[in-house]
Amino acid sequence: MAYSEKVIEHYEHPRNVGSMDKNSDEVGTGLVGAPACGDVMKLQIRVEDGIIKDAKFKTFGCGSAIASSSLVTEWVKGMSVDQAALLKNSQIAEELNLPPVKIHCSVLAEDAIKAAIADYKAKQAKRQA
Amino acid sequence: MTFKIPIFMDNHSTTPMDPRVLEAMLPFFCDDFGNAASRNHAFGWKAEQAAELARDQVGALIGASGKEIVWTSGATEAINLAIKGVAEFYKDKGNHIITGQTEHKATLDTCKRLEKQGYHVTYLPVRSSGEHAGRIMPEDVEAAMTDHTVLVALMLANNEIGTVHPINEIGAVVKKRGALFFVDAVQGVGKIPFDVNESKADLVALTGHKMYGPKGIGALYVRRKPRVRVVAQIDGGGHERGMRSGTLNVPGIVGFGRAAEIAKAEMATESVRIAGMRDRLRDKLFAALPEVFINGSWEHRLPGNLNISFAFVEGEGLMMAMKDVAVSSGSACTSASLEPSYVLRALGIGEELAHTSIRFGIGRFNTDEEIDYVANHTIEAVTKLRDLSPLWEMHLEGVDLKSIVWAAAEH
Repeated sequence: MAYSEKVIEHYEHPRNVGSMDKNSDEVGTGLVGAPACGDVMKLQIRVEDGIIKDAKFKTFGCGSAIASSSLVTEWVKGMSVDQAALLKNSQIAEELNLPPVKIHCSVLAEDAIKAAIADYKAKQAKRQA
Repeated sequence: MTFKIPIFMDNHSTTPMDPRVLEAMLPFFCDDFGNAASRNHAFGWKAEQAAELARDQVGALIGASGKEIVWTSGATEAINLAIKGVAEFYKDKGNHIITGQTEHKATLDTCKRLEKQGYHVTYLPVRSSGEHAGRIMPEDVEAAMTDHTVLVALMLANNEIGTVHPINEIGAVVKKRGALFFVDAVQGVGKIPFDVNESKADLVALTGHKMYGPKGIGALYVRRKPRVRVVAQIDGGGHERGMRSGTLNVPGIVGFGRAAEIAKAEMATESVRIAGMRDRLRDKLFAALPEVFINGSWEHRLPGNLNISFAFVEGEGLMMAMKDVAVSSGSACTSASLEPSYVLRALGIGEELAHTSIRFGIGRFNTDEEIDYVANHTIEAVTKLRDLSPLWEMHLEGVDLKSIVWAAAEH
């Protein structure tokens, strides 16, 4: 199976690789997938005044999984949390030209950003409580 | 750098053809193109003579007579003919077949079809750890045999993990109980010693392209003394003593014969050289990388096989990073099914490690220089991807990955 140029480009030059302090109130962390399934994504966002100022990821998975998470971190930076929550896996799959067998990689990336946002929101709710 | 990129190190999938094989084949395309079944003119005689010489060459490699070789289109056909052909011919003697969980799909799916037709099939598990990891032992076979067992179908060596079964000892057990013994010898023949009489094999499947011969040509050894019968699965002109109809692929047969001749002459020295390269690769990888694991028995293994799990790095992602090297992976992502290798699973290797496996298949045309390049390339790729892996990060933090409840229940 040949990879699309965009997948290869993200795979070879992944954006925003790294980790943030998961205990910080400003940081939301999403950890999705499972080692047994061959895909695990950790996606983190740092939020200031409702805007995603920074995003980082680490991914265990195939090239398409790495590219999907790299792309999402690139996209969500500068978005509001509410905008980022609207991101759809189909947009990721379309941008990267993922074949049907790799659509689950884009689903996982959508799950990852949603999980990171949910984690951030839970922290905020706790702080206000 | 005196080698070409990309480097081919996937010699279990296929092998490059030896130039000496090509040389032997060339006259049989445009000049000596006759149909080996044409009995009445020189073109036919020449083709027949060439096919008969190749029969002897292939037979000699496994200690058989050329008369016991039936040409097929490849190993898949030979396996189908052996298992279905025996099951059908001997159906009045019994309806039980024994095979192994780590067999090739050609064997497993053939057996599954027979199950639908009412045969009973036992799929033996393999030993999961220690010296015999990945092997089936003679006592395992013996315990599974019943009075209804007509056929035991096992491989000489495994295509993924290179594990070599104690085939001679298993053959003795099978014969003691009076069943027929079919050996899928595709991966082992030409690489390790194998003899139809020492193994007491009744049927043996072989293919040309795994031993530096051409693709599209295989053979089934069918024992003559005592005579073993199979029901033909392809109907037609009654070629190959009625066991396999179809015009002979003479250039392919000639090439397969020459490849077998070379393998017989050079196996002893070649296997030592190839095992040396394999060990060199293993030593370099193990010296540089923590958390790497050999899959399957180390002691009972094909000389060219190195199957390693690089924990916390997914196999397909790793192959993409090792783009200068052609290898294969037991990762789910390399198959449409998204399930990791059934061979690794049969060994009891967890799915999370099965996803991280890479199979290096070292062959005749690899060099020490290539080994060094591949080792460094692999080490760089694994290191890069571990820096990218959340699992590696958690491992370094001392998190037990098994303690985590993973969010994804589905693949």
